[in-house]
Formats: sequence, structure tokens, C-alpha cells
Amino acid sequence: MVNAGVMSGSGNLMDFLDEPFPDVGTYEDFHTIDWLREKSRDTDRHRKITSKSKESIWEFIKSLLDAWSGWVVMLLIGLLAGTLAGVIDLAVDWMTDLKEGVCLSAFWYSHEQCCWTSNETTFEDRDKCPLWQKWSELLVNQSEGASAYILNYLMYILWALLFAFLAVSLVRVFAPYACGSGIPEIKTILSGFIIRGYLGKWTLLIKTVTLVLVVSSGLSLGKEGPLVHVACCCGNFFSSLFSKYSKNEGKRREVLSAAAAAGVSVAFGAPIGGVLFSLEEVSYYFPLKTLWRSFFAALVAAFTLRSINPFGNSRLVLFYVEYHTPWYMAELFPFILLGVFGGLWGTLFIRCNIAWCRRRKTTRLGKYPVLEVIVVTAITAIIAYPNPYTRQSTSELISELFNDCGALESSQLCDYINDPNMTRPVDDIPDRPAGVGVYTAMWQLALALIFKIVVTIFTFGMKIPSGLFIPSMAVGAIAGRMVGIGVEQLAYHHHDWIIFRNWCRPGADCVTPGLYAMVGAAACLGGVTRMTVSLVVIMFELTGGLEYIVPLMAAAVTSKWVADAFGKEGIYEAHIHLNGYPFLDVKDEFTHRTLATDVMRPRRGEPPLSVLTQDSMTVEDVETLIKETDYNGFPVVVSRDSERLIGFAQRRELILAIKNARQRQEGIVSNSIMYFTEEPPELPANSPHPLKLRRILNLSPFTVTDHTPMETVVDIFRKLGLRQCLVTRSGRLLGIITKKDVLRHMAQMANQDPESIMFN
Amino acid sequence: IIYAAKNFEDVRCKYICPPYKENSGHIYNKNIFQKECDCLHVVEPMPVQGPDVEAYCLLCECKYKERSSVTIKVTIIISLSILGLLLQYMVYLTLVEPTPKRRLFGHSQLIQSDDDIGDHQPFANEHHVLARSRSRANVLSKVEYAQQRWKLQVQEQRKSVFDRHVVLS
Repeated sequence: MVNAGVMSGSGNLMDFLDEPFPDVGTYEDFHTIDWLREKSRDTDRHRKITSKSKESIWEFIKSLLDAWSGWVVMLLIGLLAGTLAGVIDLAVDWMTDLKEGVCLSAFWYSHEQCCWTSNETTFEDRDKCPLWQKWSELLVNQSEGASAYILNYLMYILWALLFAFLAVSLVRVFAPYACGSGIPEIKTILSGFIIRGYLGKWTLLIKTVTLVLVVSSGLSLGKEGPLVHVACCCGNFFSSLFSKYSKNEGKRREVLSAAAAAGVSVAFGAPIGGVLFSLEEVSYYFPLKTLWRSFFAALVAAFTLRSINPFGNSRLVLFYVEYHTPWYMAELFPFILLGVFGGLWGTLFIRCNIAWCRRRKTTRLGKYPVLEVIVVTAITAIIAYPNPYTRQSTSELISELFNDCGALESSQLCDYINDPNMTRPVDDIPDRPAGVGVYTAMWQLALALIFKIVVTIFTFGMKIPSGLFIPSMAVGAIAGRMVGIGVEQLAYHHHDWIIFRNWCRPGADCVTPGLYAMVGAAACLGGVTRMTVSLVVIMFELTGGLEYIVPLMAAAVTSKWVADAFGKEGIYEAHIHLNGYPFLDVKDEFTHRTLATDVMRPRRGEPPLSVLTQDSMTVEDVETLIKETDYNGFPVVVSRDSERLIGFAQRRELILAIKNARQRQEGIVSNSIMYFTEEPPELPANSPHPLKLRRILNLSPFTVTDHTPMETVVDIFRKLGLRQCLVTRSGRLLGIITKKDVLRHMAQMANQDPESIMFN
Repeated sequence: IIYAAKNFEDVRCKYICPPYKENSGHIYNKNIFQKECDCLHVVEPMPVQGPDVEAYCLLCECKYKERSSVTIKVTIIISLSILGLLLQYMVYLTLVEPTPKRRLFGHSQLIQSDDDIGDHQPFANEHHVLARSRSRANVLSKVEYAQQRWKLQVQEQRKSVFDRHVVLS
């Protein structure tokens, strides 16, 4: 393929500043790539390198470097993703505590870091350290009383508003693509769609900075989804350094799949879970080579994060769980109940959130994004401060709920009535009756649950980076812990009932409410995202052991069944539908009995198909055809009488080729004949010079006959990643089916609005 | 000797001991390394004697934490400076130079516009613009040109996301 004057990468600063010249083979924004062509270009490149490697030592070394460039890219992605995640964790830790007070000795320390060397040793004043002062102490020198409370409240709200306002302004001014979770768009990009700038450098910078700001502002959102976007931006950045990946969109998507795995790996400290998440949720094509490379990238990222050690205990995630108390078969019943709750909540969340996002998209609400963010932050801060469980950051809440109570705990949740004669070691404490603190904690948790359920619906989808893993886990953890405490108290006070008698003796440690919180978190996360294997693996990597796999699987499976009974789509697929992206889901089954003739264009009553003939059209005819229509490509036939198919020509390549020919080639005028055959046609003597365009013709377009069932056609589109498919009968061209037509047909068959598919 | 490089204050061993017989609950903190983080080294002075020591130690919960104060300081200060620079640039862009200078682009057609449907030569002005840019070769004008191009791209993105709600609704 001839490159029309492309500036090949010479790699100095001036070229970096120059804009990229579009050459034959790049794609336009908001279009789909041609997977087959990318694959064949890569095979060509590889064959050329292999054949040249036998010529000299230098070429051999170059071929080795080319083979190893994939692993180098994975290493770099892992390093950068791990570093960014560590920086985000440290910065969030500090900024979250900034809402409540400041460290006087060194302002860059958070509360825990500031009190690191405190000497308070009696139990009563373990939380006091004079180096850390709340805002009320700093400003008006009071730490107790109504005025101090109100001042702290006010400062909390002001800081939250400041962070949120800065975040949404930065997004609006610098990188509007940095808002939202990013996973629906990355799913679409990985299936072959092009969104230029979505994985750019400014998007990376702004997403990282604003993620820190919004998580610190106390909004009900998480950082896991945006971390996947950040990791994919890193992947895009490093793949543009190597021509093997920068020039081939198909290979680039392999790198992006691996980068997504690295992103989840650092978000949860779960490398294997990350790879499975990339396989199950994010990627479209996942060859085995990508599996191994994703694993490598995820491990490197996890290792980098571990060496930064943001949480001090060599763990990658704040809510890592370290106990190994056993569970009992009779407890499966409350676990399944938690699964049902997770499924129901997932359905409720998806329906309400999609309705709210649709309202934001179509009505006047969408015209005030900055105001919307400020109002939601204000409401969140005002309601969250009085309740101690919503005042702390959501990760800390989940950590508190996951952890088992020791013998001497400070939180209200662990205010059990201790037996003074007890002599059991710290991880085998028997079940105890609940004290007053536990009852207070229960109704506070109930209020927190309702608040989180309501506010997350309005928060997810605003014009700031927002993830929803952490809020869904929080909802599940709160529900699970409440159920767990209920079961624990039931087992303690009624240990002679039949259901408890067999496995729970008085004085034994039967029920672990922390485990119920974990199971609840898994159930809710599964209900919303419909993840299966990846969810269980992430949760078991979080707990560090295989003991709890069965309860987690039971809850995840139950929640998926219950949620699927109400609607087939997870939250990410629902957002893809809302935005009208051309995403042909591999999970959708097409079981209708329509044929290719029913879907192909032109339908009866529509103008006939715009075709090019192989040697009887002039340049001017072709230019008029291109100007009057907006099709992405034109089939080429032998002549208008016998419409036998020769091949397919892309619009963009036609435009470039004609423009080049007019500028560079001699004697090409509007009346020149354009031909696609090997030899020029027979022309009368005074005709202008003909234009040969065989090189841009795809001689092997995919064709089906008109009686091919649509089931097969959809399968072909899915498995090969086609953009269009031609329909013939006895060799004659009848029509064309594009990916958009297929998606519209599927939407119509499922009784949805076929006009909602917007892109090609 | 190997640990001499690490800051002593950056490690902490914490023992939380619940009430036992006559003793009330107590927390013991000490800045020592993990090798020496055990009950006998940390719980000083030992409140019980003789055979009770083992029982008391079993009741206590041990937590070991390490941090790197240098990493925290460097990370926070660098993050704050990046945030400060971005805020300054944002103020400059919003107040001083809000709209991109269209004069650099001749007839103001966007480079990757998908609004122009019927345009059969969408790359005409790009060539025109490139020819213009090659004639002034100094770095400053190239930087300015790249910056204006970036601003146009961001404006396009902003239109897609905020105004038309086409992507990322």
C-alpha cells in the first residue's frame, strides 16, 4: 500500500509538536476499525521482519527487539500504573483527612501518620494526639461543644465543595473525556471503535488529579473504574512509542486489554482477578498470548504498588482481611439471602441510574453540569457528616465492616460485653452479647445504608471521574454486617434452638459478622456488574485464603440469577445502550428466524445501492457520488448492467487517492476515467490520462447470500469483527448489511428503539 | 547494620492488651523492627509476673506497620505543585485567552470534524495549514500552533460531552 506522503516517525521534538498527517490505513474518529485488515497488516509486517532478519546481524537484532517490544510495553505499563495507583492512594489518604483537621508538625501527614509516634498508652486516650488538630481547635481553640461541632461541620462541607468544584472545573477546561467511569467506553474501544483523545495524555493527567479530588471530597463513588481508564491511557501512551503497536489498531487493543488487567490489579490488589476481569468484562477478543501478557502486566503493577506501600502494612488495599475463622453449612441460608438482596439492589440501581442518566441526557438538567456536581456534593456532605459511618471515607468504612472484632476495640461496632475471666487468644474470641454501642451502631448503619443506596444513584454518571465498585461494596458490606450481627446475637441468646444446637456451643466462636459483610459486598457487586468468576477471584484474593470461596460463590451466583431475572444487562452494558455505541455484545443471543434479505439495504422502496463500476466512471462522477452520499464505502461492480461484484472500496481511501492523484499525477482531470482493473480500458484517442485505483480496492469483501439466516450473519460479524457485509444472489450484488444495520435489527427484535444506535 | 539506612521512626510495633484480672486495658507502642516485634520486647513494664506473662501475652493483639515518610512527603508536595500549576493554567485559559485563535487555521474548519458531512475534501485545509506551518520553523510558533490545535480538540470534546451529550452521558 502506498503511503501518501506520510511523515515517518523520526522522533524529535518538532515532529511531536506537528500534527499527525493522516495516511492511508488510519481511521476516522467515531468509526469502527477493520479487524481483518489490521491482522493481515500485522502478519505482513512480521513476515517482512523475519525475512529481513536473515540479511545481517543488525536486522537480526532488530527482529529480536521487535519480538521483545511487547514485553517491554507490559513492563512499562505495570510500572506506571502501579506508581500512579500508589500516588493516588497516598494523596487520597491525606486529602480525606484534610477535611477534618491538619497535622501541625508536618502538614503532609494524614491523621494516622501524624499520630505515628504518639506516646499515649492508656486505652482511654488512644485516639488523642496533640500534633493533629481539628479545624475547630485550630481556629477558635475549642474541641468540644456545640460551636466546635458546627465549625467542624462547616469546614467539612466547605472542603468537600472546594474539592468537587476544582475537579469538575479541571475536567471541563482540560479534558472533558475524563468524566464518568470509563469502563463502558473502554469496552466499546476494545471492540473496535475509535474515540480519539479518550486515551490521551491530558485525559490521563486530568483523570488522575481529579480522581484524587473527588474521592477526597466524600462523594459516594470509588476509584476502581477510573483506575482502569488510567491504566488504559498508560497502555495507549506506551504503545505509541513502538511502531508495532502505534500503527496497528488491532495490536494496540491487545495492549489495552492487558493494561485494563493491570488497572484492576492495583485497584484491588488482585492480579489474577484483574486478568479475569479484563477477560470477562472489558475485552472483546482475548487470545492466549494476551492472557500471559496481561498476567505479567498485572503482576508488575501489583509489585510496584507494594513497594510504594501506601497503607503501611504491605497490603495493596485498605480492606484486606486477615482472619481465618471457619464458617458453617447452616450459615449458607443467610448468605443466600444476602445474594438475593444483592441481586435486587443491583436491578434497582441499574434501573434508577439509567433513568436518571437519560434524564440528564435529554432535559435541561444536562446543561448545568458544574452546578449539578456542587449540589450533589453539598447534599452528600450535609447528610454524611452527622453519621460517623458515612463521615469517614468509604474504603475505611468497608475496612471496619470487614474486620473482626478483637478483644479490645475502640469502635462502637465492637462494643460487646466482655467476660472478665476470659482467657482466649485474640483470634478465637467466643460470641459475646451486644453492648449498647452495638445497638447504636445498628441503627446508624441502617441510616447509612439508605443514604448510600439513594445518593449513589445520583452520583454515578456525573461529569467527574466516578467508579461504582466501592459504593456497591459498601452497600453490601453494611447489609451483610447487620445480618451477621443479627445472626450472632440470635446464636448467642438462643443457642438451644435446633438450627444452632448442632454447630454452635456456648463459649465458642461461631459467627463472624465480618464474613457476612464480605459476602454481602460480593453479592451487591455481582448484582450490579454481573461479574461471576472475576468477582469471586477478586474477593478471595482480598481475603488471602480459600476458606471463604463457597459462601462467596453462593452469594455471587444467587445475586446474578436474581438480577438476571429482571434484566439481562449489567450497568456497563446499560450505559453502552444509553449512549448508542456500536457494541455487538458477545453475550447477547440472537434467536430469531430472520434472513439477510430482511436486514440488508436498500430495502424495497429505497433508492438503489450506490456502486462504482470497474472502468466506466469518471473522476468527476465519483467525486459527485462521494459528495452526495455519506456512506463509508462503495461496492465495485463490473458494470451497471451485470452487477457482478469485484470488490469494495473505502470512502476515506477514495478521497485521499483522488486528492493525491490530482496533485501529483500528470494529466488527471475531471474527465479522466477511473479504473480498478489491472489493464486500462480501451479509450478513444484524445481522452485524458486514466486513473488506476486498484491498490485501494479490497478484492475479498465478505459476502453472504440473501437466504443466509441472520443468526449466521450476526455470528460472522461478532467473530470476525466485520464492519459491513455484502449480500449477493447468484453472483449479483443485491445489497449491503452494515454493523449499524445489524445492531438496529437486534434492537428492533428486542423491542427497543432502533434509532438509539447512533454511530457507525 | 542493614537497617541503619531506614529511619527509626518509620517503623512501629503496637501491642493492644485487653483488661486482665486487675489490670485495665493498655496499648504499648515502640519503634522497633519486625524481628524484635514480640511481646517480651514491647510490653514494658510487664504488668503481671511469672506464669501469668504467657497468658497475658496471648491475649494481646500485635500490629506492625512500616511507612516511608520521605515517599509521603515527596508525593504530597509534587501532587500539590502539579495541582497548583494546573489551576494557574486553568485560570489563564479561562480569563486571559478563552477562545482558540482561529486565524492560524485559515478558513476555520476543524481537523477532525464529523459535522461536515458533504465535504468531499476534508483534508484540504490541513495540507494548506501544514504548508504554512513549515514556513515558520522556530520552536515558539510551533508550540503556539500545537497549543491552539489542542484547544480546538478540547473544544470539540467539550461539545460532544457537555453540549450534545453524544458520548459519556
